[in-house]
Amino acid sequence: MLAYIIRRVAQSILVLLVVGLVAFSMFRFVGDPIDNMLGQERTQADIDRLRTELGLDQPFPVQYFKFLGGAAQGNFGVSYRQGRPVSTIIAERAPATLELAAVSGFLAISIGIALGVFTAIRRDGWVSNVIMTVSLLGVSLPTFLIGILLIYLFSVELDLLPSFGRGEVVDLGWWTTGLLTSSGLKALILPSITLGLYQMTLIMRLVRSEMLEVLRQDYIRFARARGLKERTVNFRHALKNTLVPVITVTGLQLGAIIAFAIITETVFQWPGVGLLFINAIQFVDIPVMAAYLMLISVMFVGINLIVDLLYFWVDPRLRADRGGAH
Amino acid sequence: MSDPVLSVRDLVVEIPTRNAVLRPVDHVSYDIEPGEILGVVGESGAGKSMTGNAVIGLLDRPAAIAGGEIRLKGQRIDNLPYEDMRRLRGKEIGMVFQDPLTSLNPLLQIGDQLTETMLAHLEITETEARTRAIAALDEVGIPAAASRIDSYPHEFSGGMRQRVVIALALCAEPSLIIADEPTTALDVSVQAQIIALLKRLCRERRTAVMLVTHDMGVIAEAADRVAVMYAGRLAELGPVRDVVQSPRHPYTEGLMGSTPLASRGQHRLRQIPGSMPRLGSLPDGCAFHPRCPKAQDRCRANPTPSLDADQGRAACWFPVEQLEDAQ
Ligand SMILES: Nc1ncnc2c1ncn2[C@@H]1O[C@H](COP(=O)(O)OP(=O)(O)OP(=O)(O)O)[C@@H](O)[C@H]1O
Ligand SMILES: [Mg+2]
Repeated sequence: MLAYIIRRVAQSILVLLVVGLVAFSMFRFVGDPIDNMLGQERTQADIDRLRTELGLDQPFPVQYFKFLGGAAQGNFGVSYRQGRPVSTIIAERAPATLELAAVSGFLAISIGIALGVFTAIRRDGWVSNVIMTVSLLGVSLPTFLIGILLIYLFSVELDLLPSFGRGEVVDLGWWTTGLLTSSGLKALILPSITLGLYQMTLIMRLVRSEMLEVLRQDYIRFARARGLKERTVNFRHALKNTLVPVITVTGLQLGAIIAFAIITETVFQWPGVGLLFINAIQFVDIPVMAAYLMLISVMFVGINLIVDLLYFWVDPRLRADRGGAH
Repeated sequence: MSDPVLSVRDLVVEIPTRNAVLRPVDHVSYDIEPGEILGVVGESGAGKSMTGNAVIGLLDRPAAIAGGEIRLKGQRIDNLPYEDMRRLRGKEIGMVFQDPLTSLNPLLQIGDQLTETMLAHLEITETEARTRAIAALDEVGIPAAASRIDSYPHEFSGGMRQRVVIALALCAEPSLIIADEPTTALDVSVQAQIIALLKRLCRERRTAVMLVTHDMGVIAEAADRVAVMYAGRLAELGPVRDVVQSPRHPYTEGLMGSTPLASRGQHRLRQIPGSMPRLGSLPDGCAFHPRCPKAQDRCRANPTPSLDADQGRAACWFPVEQLEDAQ
């Protein structure tokens, strides 16, 4: 077990290094940061001086290793645009994104599983059919369109919910939260639905098809033949077996939620790291872009690792195989 | 004489399809007494499992009971509401399935599966249930039951798992067990052990057993009486010795002929020519007549005479005359 975890962590670090390398090598295609940083009356001497100052004259592998060295110590350099340390800027922005992602993820998982189970148990009911049909919209509409539709309906037409921003936030010193004020909570509703809807429908459809498969299994028939209550059969026997294959996909979707927050944050002008990244691209703010991509990959890899460990926890067959105990 | 545990009268199971209504079970009648083992044999598709599923109330839609009566210890159970029937399952009627590898929930410890079953039916505490679960495992021959109770199904071999399944089916002490091919999926070497176990436990508790199998050896070894099914109907029903040694229905005779049975001194395998008709295209008259060596006009025109559950023997216009029977 421990050996397995160590091996997986080592793999994860390797993946991170490769992702970083690829990302870094693509930055040069985004544009030249110098163009944005110096005004119209720049001289060639200014340009050269700045380029040396930023280390941009060095070959790109050298730049990459310098970046890695700094990143390992939590130092991502200084933003070209804001002139402040990138780590400070990200720390300011991260709570907004993480709160949005957490609420979206929670909605997607809880509602997705609940609806998936419902539509599987009431397979032929009309309510299930309606849910399944509506869910097709969820998987086929692009995120930004859903966001715009929601804004149109709830902000413009009904004037119930704000269309942009995070509302009032409370500063806890190390974290700013919108969860403690009513305007903060209101502001969360539309973006979190927009961000989580695709994942919710995906999880729901997956849970439904897995559950239908499980309900056909012999051990479910046997559980019924033993006279267990329908509730026990569905939730103790069927649901648990359904969730085993669902865990991986759900885990990956959580990663996707954080990554796709970029679009939602842009639509709703949500002051998170996604919006920060979009602005950074326009300005070719390489330190910010690099730090953002690194963080997203750490998140993806970390979630993957947790998903794998969850498998052990849920499925005794894996535990026995890996542990070698018998 | 006591009431039979199970009494099935003119049971009809129907499956409505687009073109026709199929009858996988057609006017089947039989009784099972306390402590008695009724073997049910017949070719694949004869309706053996459908009959068992109808009794325990677990027919898969669209199949449904369309006629007849099922009585358990005198009480009618074929028309009970779902929840009442649920309470009988496990408590009064236990079931053992064919494949022990898939019958147990892979994610639950076997002890939990045992205790949940007992707690669903018996007025006992969790501690008592656990004690009883260990005793139940011990009884079906799981070595070191107290330490194996927290094991998961995958930690047992196929034969051991079928023992666990039997413990589960018997743990609330039902008066009837339906065992649908309980040994078909097992190694030949453990089949006999499982049958012996089932037989011993049911004798001790005077549990009635409906034992579905393809194996005439199992029937000869375990059953008291045999029901032979063909195309949804009972072809023959009688004491095992009579049916095996002097079958009266030509189909039974063919079935015995196609089973290598050392006790009958028969080693050559004879096959019944042809195959069982599909439910949608049953011939008129006796369903067996196209394959029957003795078929006459009467068999082609008239449905078989009905088989009386009390006396048994063959549903056939021209039963095989045996020397022993003629006396
Ligand atoms: N949904 C269905 N639609 C049409 N026919 C069906 C359906 N379900 C079952 N049948 C038919 O019902 C008949 C009885 O099936 P059953 O499972 O009882 O046979 P069996 O005697 O148990 O056979 P086996 O020895 O293979 O287990 C079969 O001919 C089968 O084809
Ligand atoms: Mg069958």
